[in-house]
Amino acid sequence: MKRYRSKKEQDQTILRTATNYLLPVLLLFSVFVLLRGHYLSGGGFVGGLIASIAFVLHSFAYSTKQTLSLFQFSPMALIPAGLALSILSGLLPVLLGLPFMTGVWFADSVAVIGSVGTALFFDIGVYLVVIGVVLTILFTIAENV
Amino acid sequence: MLTLIVLTFALAFITLLMKRFVHSKYVGLITLVPFTLFITFLSYIPKVREGTNVFFKNEWIPSLGISLDLKIDGLSLLFSLLITGIGTLIYLYASSYMRGHVYLHRFFCYLGLFMGAMLGLVLSDNLISLFIFWELTSITSFFLIGFNNENEESRKSALWALSITGLGGFFLLSFGVMMGSITGTYSIQELLGQSEILKNHSAYILLISFLFAAAFTKSAQFPFHFWLPGAMKAPTPVSAYLHSATMVKAGIYLLARFTPVLGGEYEWNTTLQIAGGVTMLYGALHSVFRKDMKSILAYSTVSALGMLVFLLGVGTEKALYAASAFIVVHALYKASLFLITGVVDHSTHTRNINELGGIRHKMPWIAVAGLISALSCAGIPLTFGFIGKELIYEATLHYPLHTIAMILTVTAVVTNVFLTCSGFLVGLKPFFGKLTVRCAEIEKPEAVLWLPPLILAFFSVLFGVLPILADDGFVTALAHAINGKKIDQHLQIWHGVNRALILSGMTIGFGILLYFLFKKFRNPMRLTERFNAISPQNIFTLFVDKFRVFAFIYTRFFQNGYLRVYLMVIVIFVIGLVGYKLFEDVPLHVNTTGLSEFRVYELVVFLIMVVAILFTIRTSSRLTAIAATGVIGYCICLIFVFYGAPDLAMTQFAIDTLTVVLFVFVLFKLPAFLNLSNRAIQFRDAVISIAFGVLISLITLQALVSPADKEISRFYAENAYELAKGKNVVNVILVDFRGFDTLIETIVLSIAAIGVFSLLKYRASDEEISE
Repeated sequence: MKRYRSKKEQDQTILRTATNYLLPVLLLFSVFVLLRGHYLSGGGFVGGLIASIAFVLHSFAYSTKQTLSLFQFSPMALIPAGLALSILSGLLPVLLGLPFMTGVWFADSVAVIGSVGTALFFDIGVYLVVIGVVLTILFTIAENV
Repeated sequence: MLTLIVLTFALAFITLLMKRFVHSKYVGLITLVPFTLFITFLSYIPKVREGTNVFFKNEWIPSLGISLDLKIDGLSLLFSLLITGIGTLIYLYASSYMRGHVYLHRFFCYLGLFMGAMLGLVLSDNLISLFIFWELTSITSFFLIGFNNENEESRKSALWALSITGLGGFFLLSFGVMMGSITGTYSIQELLGQSEILKNHSAYILLISFLFAAAFTKSAQFPFHFWLPGAMKAPTPVSAYLHSATMVKAGIYLLARFTPVLGGEYEWNTTLQIAGGVTMLYGALHSVFRKDMKSILAYSTVSALGMLVFLLGVGTEKALYAASAFIVVHALYKASLFLITGVVDHSTHTRNINELGGIRHKMPWIAVAGLISALSCAGIPLTFGFIGKELIYEATLHYPLHTIAMILTVTAVVTNVFLTCSGFLVGLKPFFGKLTVRCAEIEKPEAVLWLPPLILAFFSVLFGVLPILADDGFVTALAHAINGKKIDQHLQIWHGVNRALILSGMTIGFGILLYFLFKKFRNPMRLTERFNAISPQNIFTLFVDKFRVFAFIYTRFFQNGYLRVYLMVIVIFVIGLVGYKLFEDVPLHVNTTGLSEFRVYELVVFLIMVVAILFTIRTSSRLTAIAATGVIGYCICLIFVFYGAPDLAMTQFAIDTLTVVLFVFVLFKLPAFLNLSNRAIQFRDAVISIAFGVLISLITLQALVSPADKEISRFYAENAYELAKGKNVVNVILVDFRGFDTLIETIVLSIAAIGVFSLLKYRASDEEISE
């Protein structure tokens, strides 16, 4: 049994080493996709999916438990956080006296990110929800089936 | 005004968080909530007395004609006063009665929510918001009735109450929607002006049937009455509140509210007379056969509600006036009697009147309150009940048709005789006579327990001696609102010796006789038990049981749990329905000339797909099949890329990857692959698949030739940058133009995740327990 495990570890050396580099790159890429969404192809949904794939890759190389230990909290917590962010970004215009979910923008654009507005925060909310949902579903199934 | 209602709801929820306060000795301060409301409503009396209605306009969904407009007229003001006034006493009483209950904070939360819902219900001037508040009262009363939720009977009766009143709510919604579609408005105020149109409309009968179904279920009319006696499982303050002034009166309110709009027709009057008459006789008769104080009160409440429906059915000015007075009479004495019952139950731990007697030595104030309330119930002069009863007899005696007048009067007299008796059974029997063993050792109740019933009894006498106070204060305005125009009637303490007075005397006389007869009766329930088999409750129970059996069979047939069967049913259904529509209505016209040529790389992708499909069907390994479907998915991504949909391609790509991963997670846990399908099944599946594929292809080709409306896509393309500062139209649509859809979709996703999580996690933890 012990030999088998060590062999398995040996088998995964390449994958593990690659994952160690790929995970941050993929996460960065997912944020890039999320941010560029407003002008070019991309967006919160795809970004979230890519980020999830990054974590799934990590769980393949190591184990679900180890991937979960990357998080300070359960990925499920991302769901309410994301939903709250989306809803708050929709509520912000209400405070300014505009209808729910009107797009509101800062006058000046920020370096790298570009112009910042409620739509961006909404998209970040979607991004977080998607990561939360995909990881919750996948890891729950992986652990319990 | 709307702020006040919202505040009531908000405070109720805040109570939930203030556990420490609720369990402290300052809990009585919570009474300030209904009391403040009560004072606010009192301040409207001068305006309403002059006949002016106060409106509060609140927009909600103007495009659908739904508003939160509130109206204070005689009817809504009186109900608001009852809700908050009696509510104040109930709060005060409950703060002592329920002391020490673990979930006291929940109790006050439910009570506050219920009060807010009731206020919204009686103040709403919009049919839809009326319906919403109506449903809220059903739901909150469910929590109140089932408050002792560790008791099975209690849960059961709460469920009955919810089912019956919920059923009524459905009819109320249908009624509201029909009214709206006939008249084009949901505003009750505006409906008043369309009364003639509605009465002559062909759907009039249907309209009033819906209205009656809603009102009768809520106000416990025969044969829907049985949820009310069942609801006696609730803590006594709840019973007192729900059944004297609020919940069950909501149906009466509804009928009264629509009397000026729909009332006065033959069908309206006759139905209400019969339903009310049967209910009041049935309830009154049942009440005297009970020995449990709360049951007696429950059935006498059913009877009183019947009386009110009956009076609204009689419909003459006199009758509407009598109904107005009787609402107040009943609320005062019934709430008082309920509260007394609570005190007696609390100190003696029994509500069986056989075991009770002579308690007046132990709790004199309660005895005084009981006596006065029983007298008011019986209609002895100098109580408000006397005036109410006189008015009822006046109304029935002066019904235009002589023969019917006789029938109505006899019904009313018989009912009142029984009600007199049941009032005495609850209000007198436990307090007078010899002190029984059971009651010898009891302690004096606290002031907050005996004060509320005494205050109510005080008002019964006050209005009885000085009817002008009630008359001038609210009864005239109430009758005005129910009748739709002014009524020239006044409450009088003495009408002179006339037929009504003689009938009153007879009622009291027979009532007292009956009381002495039934007082001695140890177990009169035996007499009614033999009719249980045909009681409405049994019939309903039987119906519900059979319905469950039906539901079980139905579900077993359609929801058999095999994913492949579901999939097959859905696909066949789509083929049938869409295919039929396509061949029936659309001239099939496939135009291949406009299509672009196959390019080399498209051809390659196409060939890869075909090979992957063949692999998927032919392979005997699950992993290969999954991988092959993944290949198909990626190929589709490529096609998206060829035709300029990069966003779609990216998403599809990510989704496909994750789907394959998901399958792989599950795959290893499955048993080895077994080919269970035979030739015939394979053939069937092939036919279905090919038919579906052909259909979709045909639709796609057909869609190409149909002229599509490009208006919407052009709007998005042109305005994406100007309105939403984005250049990627797809993303702008997702996060801005149709952001609301996206928001809802993310919520759906979240629900799916929670669903998967709870299904699998809980199963896992269950297994751990069983191990």
